[in-house]
Amino acid sequence: MSNEKKSLSFDLRKYMMVIAIVGIWVIFGAVSGGTYLLPRNLSNLFRQSVFTAILAIGMLNVIVLGQIDLSVGSMAGLCGGILAIANVWNGASPVLSIIIVLVAGLLLGAWNGWWIAYRNVPSFIVTMAGLLVFRGILVGITDGITIGPVSPFFGLIGKDFLPALVGIILGAIVLVGVLAAQYAGRAGKTGHGLRVTSVRNEILKSAFFILLVAAFVLTMNAYRGVPNPVVIVLVLFIIFNYLTNKTVFGRRIYAIGGNKMASRLAGINIKRVTLVVFAINGVMAAIAGIFLTSRLDAAAVNAATSAELDGIAACVIGGTSLMGGVGTVFGAIVGAVVMASLDNGMSLLNAPSFYQTIVKGLVLLLAVWFDMSRNKGERF
Amino acid sequence: MGAILEARNITKDFPGVRALDGVSFCLEENQIHALCGENGAGKSTFINVLSGYFPSWSYTGEILVAGRQKSFSAITEAEAAGIAVIHQELNLFPELSTAENIFMGHEIARGGILDWNEMYSQTGDWIRRLKLDSVEPTTKVKNLGIGKQQLIEIARVLRLPHMKILILDEPTASLTESETELLLDILRQLKRDGIACIYISHKIEEVMTIADRVTVLRDGKTAGGGSIRELSKKDIVRLMVGRELTDYYPKDPHADRQECVLEVKDFSVTDHSTGKPIVKGAGFRLYRGEILGLFGLVGAGRTELASSLFGSPPGRTGGEIRIKGQKIRFDSPRAALRQGLAYVTEDRKGQGIIPTMNVRENASIAFLDRFKTFLGIDQNREVVEVQSSVRSFQIKTPSLNTRIINLSGGNQQKVLLARNLLKDIDILILDEPTRGIDVGAKQEIYAIMNSLVAKGVSIIMVSSELPEVLGMCDRILVMCRGEITGEFDNSAKDVTQERIMICATGTGSED
Repeated sequence: MSNEKKSLSFDLRKYMMVIAIVGIWVIFGAVSGGTYLLPRNLSNLFRQSVFTAILAIGMLNVIVLGQIDLSVGSMAGLCGGILAIANVWNGASPVLSIIIVLVAGLLLGAWNGWWIAYRNVPSFIVTMAGLLVFRGILVGITDGITIGPVSPFFGLIGKDFLPALVGIILGAIVLVGVLAAQYAGRAGKTGHGLRVTSVRNEILKSAFFILLVAAFVLTMNAYRGVPNPVVIVLVLFIIFNYLTNKTVFGRRIYAIGGNKMASRLAGINIKRVTLVVFAINGVMAAIAGIFLTSRLDAAAVNAATSAELDGIAACVIGGTSLMGGVGTVFGAIVGAVVMASLDNGMSLLNAPSFYQTIVKGLVLLLAVWFDMSRNKGERF
Repeated sequence: MGAILEARNITKDFPGVRALDGVSFCLEENQIHALCGENGAGKSTFINVLSGYFPSWSYTGEILVAGRQKSFSAITEAEAAGIAVIHQELNLFPELSTAENIFMGHEIARGGILDWNEMYSQTGDWIRRLKLDSVEPTTKVKNLGIGKQQLIEIARVLRLPHMKILILDEPTASLTESETELLLDILRQLKRDGIACIYISHKIEEVMTIADRVTVLRDGKTAGGGSIRELSKKDIVRLMVGRELTDYYPKDPHADRQECVLEVKDFSVTDHSTGKPIVKGAGFRLYRGEILGLFGLVGAGRTELASSLFGSPPGRTGGEIRIKGQKIRFDSPRAALRQGLAYVTEDRKGQGIIPTMNVRENASIAFLDRFKTFLGIDQNREVVEVQSSVRSFQIKTPSLNTRIINLSGGNQQKVLLARNLLKDIDILILDEPTRGIDVGAKQEIYAIMNSLVAKGVSIIMVSSELPEVLGMCDRILVMCRGEITGEFDNSAKDVTQERIMICATGTGSED
């Protein structure tokens, strides 16, 4: 078994997800006579994927740790409700409301994490209890009614678009940042006498990236501009990509998911990492709740019901292993976009909604089957 | 008396290792035949051949049952021929009743409906026959002691039709003395009833009292044997070890034993749920710059003692640990690592490597804090340092980004060593550091150990390979049944394998 083959197939996996998206887009584009690929629809599609993408980013850490969180739907709903109660009923300023909700999410997540880490209750059970408890609290504190409308400020989070020029500037900033990071990384490596890839490869990589960012910004500007929620996902992606790849904490999450006993013997405080990961996931659910309430202008008692399943599905479609230890933030976001692409395309074709759930279920099944059959012989 | 089971010239190969090399063995009717040998001598492989666990095409040689040639391709076929094995780990269903366990897989039924009356009545017969007083057919197995559970396992296989030959693998390893007495009584009674028995044990005392004949395996070959009346304990021990020490261990004595870095006093480990002692009253000292061997046979409590020192005990601990004179109690491996202790596990796959990660991540995980910057990990420095230990430990890997499961066992072991040595440490505990790795890698690991000791690191090496212990260690502790039964000064390399084996088998005085 040569290792070159291994690294090649590993790259293929990254490609596969992107290829899947392109394939879905091409198929729906053809079937819809091009409507699917119009800037307006693509903009919708990206905005549709935001909610699941936010949940998937938080869920990724939980699944890589080797755990599961079934309570994020209820948590997001409850956090959205708290936002509306603070803002609409009690007249709290938008910023104060958001801070209250983020703290609430942190505490709810820490509650889950405490039972799992320090009371040794399986995460499936703890978060299933959370699913029921948090939803119940939501119904109780809102008297079962829909609360709205929230301050116009929240339109900024949930609905608005960046002006064309701001979009272009943002795109430029992202490009400069990425290229600077690329250059700094290269300089750091050579400074330590390490091997670097050829200049040609680096330039190709940069060129591809420039093209991608330019295409995205221009396409979005052709409709109403880059959607603000997409910018939120981008920021979260940068933060969590860094967390998982470049920090000690992130490395420990992967280690625990890969082999819990070995991690313990390597001196990792498994309980504390578990608690923090669930607390972070609570914050992510809170952000998702804030976004949802902002987009809908109101908080409903059934908001985000069974959203946890979408989050888990996005991670899994994006190549995350439910056994723990394997998965990327990028993959989770791509998984969310895949699901939104299917939803969007079928809505566009006026397919009845039952088809959407059937197709999503089958895609989930096929994605995991594909992964398992490729990894034959190395099961964890 | 004729031969009821005969094995002729059995040879079994595993990739790269010949586990059995022309072993012949003969069990006669109404006989208890003991099978002895060191860890890794081939006993388990041999009973796996006899019991059909290894299908007949996977080894060469002949097996004859009552004079007729047999070739088993599954355990059930061996059972049908009247051969059954009682393994060290019992295969019972703790939540089910005694009767359900005894009849598992062979339930008595009429037209698909279980006949409980018949099964309970037969279970009652077995309970009387095996002297399982106070056990009811409905008693859940988990409420019984290990000794009684073992007898139920015996009943389970003996009630199979035509059962003639019982193979017991270390049956008394976890039994108390009175439980052992009872089991031996039952075996004698079964012998009178016409059940022949192959009895595998490390405990030579026991073998002397129960067996009619002994066969000793060594390095996959028959080393000798005979009637128990013609053999002494010493003869058996000599047959078990009789191997020449080669010049394979490059080590000079260096410990001056001035500075005691670790002192353990009256240390004990007790199992949480059963309350059984795993380690009893252990006491020893470890000096700066020495290699202390911890030898014992399977189940002696070596690993349990070693991992307890590292803050990862398998039960409740008692007693005292002092590091450089200071009394210390570790509540986790993390605390132990901070105090300059490191531990490389014997269970490389289960508790050592992180299979989802690459070589670099595996090597740096224990001391990642060293590469911490304000916000993240300085990955360049990480690469540089891991690269340098990969070089100095001669780890053969295509790159640092190769997944660790793609490395050979010996190289994985060296990565684990690198993981624990990424920071300067004072005490290194190595649990079976050379288990399952090839000779070349073994020698490289010995060389690493020697260079560490030269730098003033103290090493505790747990091992069940006697030549390795004698070749590498300055002092040797021997454990048996949870207790330290012997301590040897090996600085002159003059301790004999026999003396150690006598302590390890609990044979008592050295006469």
